[in-house]
Amino acid sequence: MDHNKTHITEYKVLAKILLLLIFCTFLTISITSFNLAAFTVTIALLIAGVKGFLVLSYFMHLKYESLLLRILVGSIFLLFIIIVLITFIDYSFR
Amino acid sequence: MMSNGTDKIEYVSYLEHQGKYSGLRSWIFATDHKRIALLYLYAIATFFFVGAILGLLMRFELIAPGETIMKPQTYNGIFTVHGVIMIFMVVIPGLSAVFGNFFLPILIGAKDVAFPKLNLFSWWIFIFGSILAVASQFLKSGPPDTGWTFYAPYSTTTGTSVIMATTAAFVLGFSSILTGLNFIVTVHRMRAPGMKFFNMPLFPWSIYATAWIQLLATPIVGITLLMLIAERLFGIGFFDPKLGGDPLLFQHLFWIYSHPAVYIMILPAMGVITEIIPTFCQKKVYGYKAIALSSLAIAGVGFLVWGHHMYTSGMSENARWFFSLLTFIVAVPSAIKVFNWISTMYKGSIDLKPPFLFALSFIFLFIIGGTTGLILGSVATNIQVHDTSFIVAHFHYIIFGGMGFAFFAAIHYWLPKMYGKMYNFKRANIAWGSLFIGFNLLYFPQFIIGIQGMPRRYFDYPPQFQWAQIISTIGGVILISGIILMVYNLIMGVRKGEIAPANPWNGSTLEWQIPSPPSLENFDEAPVVKENPYDYI
Repeated sequence: MDHNKTHITEYKVLAKILLLLIFCTFLTISITSFNLAAFTVTIALLIAGVKGFLVLSYFMHLKYESLLLRILVGSIFLLFIIIVLITFIDYSFR
Repeated sequence: MMSNGTDKIEYVSYLEHQGKYSGLRSWIFATDHKRIALLYLYAIATFFFVGAILGLLMRFELIAPGETIMKPQTYNGIFTVHGVIMIFMVVIPGLSAVFGNFFLPILIGAKDVAFPKLNLFSWWIFIFGSILAVASQFLKSGPPDTGWTFYAPYSTTTGTSVIMATTAAFVLGFSSILTGLNFIVTVHRMRAPGMKFFNMPLFPWSIYATAWIQLLATPIVGITLLMLIAERLFGIGFFDPKLGGDPLLFQHLFWIYSHPAVYIMILPAMGVITEIIPTFCQKKVYGYKAIALSSLAIAGVGFLVWGHHMYTSGMSENARWFFSLLTFIVAVPSAIKVFNWISTMYKGSIDLKPPFLFALSFIFLFIIGGTTGLILGSVATNIQVHDTSFIVAHFHYIIFGGMGFAFFAAIHYWLPKMYGKMYNFKRANIAWGSLFIGFNLLYFPQFIIGIQGMPRRYFDYPPQFQWAQIISTIGGVILISGIILMVYNLIMGVRKGEIAPANPWNGSTLEWQIPSPPSLENFDEAPVVKENPYDYI
């Protein structure tokens, strides 16, 4: 792994990501005015997931890191999703 | 200045090195990973003694039906305190914080961990959390009586000092997270030039897998305990059905952490045994990659089996069979390790020194603990023995017979390197015999009466179970005697023992290439990295 390699993200890119994050926040608020029943939480979590992905990729520079690091972080999110799904095997069938 | 016993190079060991501070401050403000390891060792040994004495008091109470030496509420408090101390202050940090700290950097050819100051901070957090845990026992409201699992809804309503105890566990969790983070970065960034992942010895592999669990699972219990505190203080309703909550949510969240925590306890133990067996058989470890990858597999699959603690809780039928299936899968990588240890011994040049005796007894006890775990993994048999002393026996065979005996193996294996002194082998062998006999006498009868229906955490019991309780109490006394003899022998070894050579066991990994005890930065020259760290034959 090259320890000295660094990547500087342009302010223009960071500004675009910031705008996207603000848009996602408004989207999260606006969907509460629709009656989506059980899908309300699912959609809110999906939007939050997109926001998390953007923060990790651009603000935390994961997009420019080595493949190993991206795989490690990706595995953590995969594990999180699996744990949530398994928990719902109980809640959905109880 | 002292000689290392094998060459003429003069050096200053980490024990004698004069840094910025002297006396006590040179220890409590030390950033050297070896000194921090010893700080953990002394703290954890002290807590272990307290926990063991509480365990012995419980055994004396149970020697006869009815009240013998304490009241029922005192008994409830004592088993909770015993559990909290042993789990959160001894077993979880134990091997990782002591031997991981001391030997992880050395075994990968590094001068220290990646973040030495963070390492010291982790120890301070550990001490702060431990003080809170001990203080919770002396509050006016009385020691917590929930058991170490703090199950809701009882923990949200009992008048005892649950908030202080859970705050302590929350703080201790931070220490665990920071140590895990430190070790992951150390393994990724600090390996000696030329040392790839598959050139690392297997103890660092197990510490690496453990560190991932510490980093990922501990925050979950932290949040859960905060939810419990919020529930008690503000009545939010996370776990209260009247307010739309679910008591099983607590159990899910608690075990999502606490089952992987069992692997925080046992994975480093497996790593220790994997170091000891090739050394005392003078034979290359069998199935290096299988052992390394099985550590990661245990860490990964171990995250998905928590529900087997909840078969009788009212969880859905589908979830029960699914968790049962996953539980059986996690047995596979554990069995791979056992097969590899035994295969390593096959046709080896076996030397029955104390570390190897402890390692052998680890395998014996771990197999009993592991196979009884399969009985508990199966839904039908689990329901039969749930909340009986069978669970107590199984758990102690894994945690004490596994992690505890591996800790004893590790201290007998690495003490010459840590202190530069040898201990008395004869006394060590007698102590091992007492520990092994005492342990089995203490816990094996609990399997039998557990199947017959002896409930766990009960102050009283029907007279037909007394024979086993008497045997267990005798076993407890023998076990404590063995511990006292072992500690005495090790202290005498450190104080008055013979000077240890650099490589007393003819080991092949990097710690045996440097003087005993090591210098401040471990390696005065760049270490020679071998393709296979266990190249005996």
